[in-house]
Amino acid sequence: MSSTDPWQTAEVGGPKKAAVITKPAMAKAVIGRARSPVLLLGNGAASVEIGDRKLVDYLLVLARLYRIPVIATGHINRALRERGYMNATVLPAVEAGQRIADPCWEGPEGKGPCDLAIIAGLPYPMAWTLLSGLKHFAPHTKTITLDNKYQPNATWSFANISEKDWQENLEAIIAGTTGGAADV
Amino acid sequence: MLLVTEKKVSLSIKELDAGFGRIRDLSVSIGKLSAGDWAEEKGPTPYPSLATLRDWDHTLLSRYQPFYMPFCDLCCLCTYGKCDLTGTKKGACGISMPAQQARTVLLAACIGAATHTSHARELLTYAIKRSGRDCEIDPGGNAIGIEAPIIRLVCGEKPQILADLETVLDYCESQITALLASTHTGQEGNYLDFESKVLHAGMIDQVGMEVADLAQISALGYPKADPDAPLAALGMGTVETGKPVILVIGHNVPSAVAIIDYLAQENLTDQVEVTGICCTSVDATRYSPRAKIIGPMSWQLRYIRSGIPDVIVVDEQCVRTDAFDEAVAAGTPFIATSDKNCMGLPERTRDPADAIVADLSSGRAKGVLILDPEKAGEVAVRVARAVMPERRKLSLALSPDLIRKMASDCTACRLCQRACPNDLAIPRGMKAAAEGDLSLLSSLYDTCVGCGRCEHACTQDIPVHAMIVAAAAEKIRNEKFVIRTGRGAIQDVEIRNVGGPIVLGEIPGVVAFVGCSNFANGGKEIAEMSVEFAKRHYIVCTSGCAAMSIGMYLDDEGKTPYEQFPGSFTAGGIVNVGSCVANAHIAGATIKIASIFARRNLRGNYAEIADYVHNRVGAVGVAWGAMSQKAAAIASGFWRLGIPVVVGPHGTKYRRMLLGRADHDEDWYVHDQRTCEKVYAGPAPEHLFVAAETKEEAMVLVAKLCMRPNDTTRGRAMKLTHYIDLYQRSNGALPEDIPRYVRTHADIPVTLKGEITRILSQSGWKETPIPDPTLLARDVPGEGRS
Repeated sequence: MSSTDPWQTAEVGGPKKAAVITKPAMAKAVIGRARSPVLLLGNGAASVEIGDRKLVDYLLVLARLYRIPVIATGHINRALRERGYMNATVLPAVEAGQRIADPCWEGPEGKGPCDLAIIAGLPYPMAWTLLSGLKHFAPHTKTITLDNKYQPNATWSFANISEKDWQENLEAIIAGTTGGAADV
Repeated sequence: MLLVTEKKVSLSIKELDAGFGRIRDLSVSIGKLSAGDWAEEKGPTPYPSLATLRDWDHTLLSRYQPFYMPFCDLCCLCTYGKCDLTGTKKGACGISMPAQQARTVLLAACIGAATHTSHARELLTYAIKRSGRDCEIDPGGNAIGIEAPIIRLVCGEKPQILADLETVLDYCESQITALLASTHTGQEGNYLDFESKVLHAGMIDQVGMEVADLAQISALGYPKADPDAPLAALGMGTVETGKPVILVIGHNVPSAVAIIDYLAQENLTDQVEVTGICCTSVDATRYSPRAKIIGPMSWQLRYIRSGIPDVIVVDEQCVRTDAFDEAVAAGTPFIATSDKNCMGLPERTRDPADAIVADLSSGRAKGVLILDPEKAGEVAVRVARAVMPERRKLSLALSPDLIRKMASDCTACRLCQRACPNDLAIPRGMKAAAEGDLSLLSSLYDTCVGCGRCEHACTQDIPVHAMIVAAAAEKIRNEKFVIRTGRGAIQDVEIRNVGGPIVLGEIPGVVAFVGCSNFANGGKEIAEMSVEFAKRHYIVCTSGCAAMSIGMYLDDEGKTPYEQFPGSFTAGGIVNVGSCVANAHIAGATIKIASIFARRNLRGNYAEIADYVHNRVGAVGVAWGAMSQKAAAIASGFWRLGIPVVVGPHGTKYRRMLLGRADHDEDWYVHDQRTCEKVYAGPAPEHLFVAAETKEEAMVLVAKLCMRPNDTTRGRAMKLTHYIDLYQRSNGALPEDIPRYVRTHADIPVTLKGEITRILSQSGWKETPIPDPTLLARDVPGEGRS
């Protein structure tokens, strides 16, 4: 399988496809330079295990490290609150997508329109369609998915990578150093 | 007197002396409905054409704006293409991405509406042949005064006999043709006008469905609005394999009826099992509750491959297009019965039944096309009886040893998982199976949608789906449930009893679980949701595959929801209306509330009634596994009535949502018919079409979307109680949008008064009046009501 094959075989992308995150520094740089990012956290993040932790544990570290407001979809807010994160905005994923696509939306913290949507934990086909909506109708927003499955409609996505590689990448991304932008 | 109108010719002769004799009181009508003495004033929009209700549509669409999520970035419908429509690019014809998406949604809705309308035409022709053109339309005897609420509303007609429905279908067919024409290259170009046409297609779909179900209820003697319609067997485990077994698949019931009739005629009813998949089986049980339902579409592969059916009879819609190939592989004789679904088979309609039976029984013919339901019925029964003894000597079941051996061929390439719509961890199951543990494979059965894509993806030709099914053999043997057979319409007296509580908000809502079985986490979630809302005293309606899934759920006492809850249209009822086309009765019930409870005129009065339903009737549709174009059309019909629909995660593949913006206060003003002022009424309902990611999220959305501007304070408090409770259970916190839904202090649920009062005071909340709401400026005194 090539690095730009979608995880679900038939969910091929269009002419404009996601750039593959080949090293964590790319993701760090993208996230680090965003002015008004949001982390859209799907319900699956509470159940997907990476090593001895859940995906949500890595992403909450990311949210706290970069002070990124979290949009909780599905019913993951309960898992966030159990982890002491009490400030998530709870929205269905498609509603979040609609707001992100609105250039006049002030964002969860009133910082202005979202310039980067970080997405993880949604069911693959739902993320695929949501990212498609943002690709076409949110020119002011870049998107990055931190799932370990290639999402062609994102701006940046991991390729289909193993759990081990995923863990290494996520740990590097949430490590407390600042990333460079050179490789992006 | 000779009267010629656009669609009708009427000739009345009071008295005529002619050379051949004297004629008195002769009346001839061609293409005319026998409306009798219907005195109701005719409304403004009988037989609306494509643009007649455009203003209403745009009113809805300005509040619930499309959020497109293209499923394909290209247009490949003409030879200019493929055209890349990414972002703001336009196609060679000038079309934009939003318009292309709306156009595709319209195509889907047209396919759905055409399918139901064509189905209706066939059923009506069949019903007229069986019972005569003058057969009275009778969905419920004296219990039903408004026999056809949708037809009354849309067409402005009051059909009385089957022949009246022909004119109604003429109208549907003309509209679908025009709608389809609008998708041609270089016709419509604006996405909102495409969306308006989507809503038109949905409304036409509802008319077609109503015709179909009225025709079959009237001619075939189905349960007539009976809350206590009999229970029927459901599940593969209910099949008596000691008898010959016939499987019917599809949606169009005449062949199944003919099978049942032939069995009765030959005194064989007790000796042959009639089983079915999809809505044909639902309607077969309405005709005879002795018929058995196997399950939704996702049961097709597993049941055909089980080898249990001795003959397979398919009609139309939702039939796997490889059903014949699968039948051949299972050695099962196959009969196609619809000209819409010939399956490449030789037509044998005019051949003697004896010859067809001999060919199918001997294997000389693997399958035949018989376009005569009675002949197909006879052939099916005779073939099943002829082949059954030999077939029972064969076993198609995979043994545990064979499964282990096959699993050991798995290379763990994961192509099966990547082909699976639900991303099931098949390789893990294969690895365990190769080591002798079938439990993981068996567990996959619970969430498998039965599509078989895993097998086509496998490079080792491993029969993945068959292995999952074989590993779950014990579960399948225990699939023994019951379902309440489809009751059809809702009685007027039921509407009278609940109309007030629904409109005032004191029954918290009407929730309709409908649609196909492309479930992300199995059909069990449908059952769990329906039980949850029934326990909360919502009125739960259901139909088709969703109704089957609800039946496949047992409580601690081993009872299905149909045995736990009444079948009446009342708080806490679970109401199975019937097959897909019976969905018309759910829409019809909301319309009847406007007529029976509020005494609004229905006749050709669509916008006013839709406005009434939207603002006052707390109804929500849930199509958790919606898969088909028909489901798209059904949803579109509900949207035009202003009724929200929630879909599961796969529902995002319908390409667009219709979402409100709760944070835009200016979107939520209504006209108050009492004060003639525009007042803020809150985002109720907040969306018209929204996908939920999880069952828990869906339930929260349903409870929220049941709120309406017209709710009384008592009703709103009750609806808020359910919304807040479900939200807290799912999210571990109170919802942030409570202030948007509290209009006065009396709206606050008593049990949460302290907490909510604190939230309100912190948010700067102010009381707002409870309006007599309408979105139609024309319905406000002094603003041009016509």
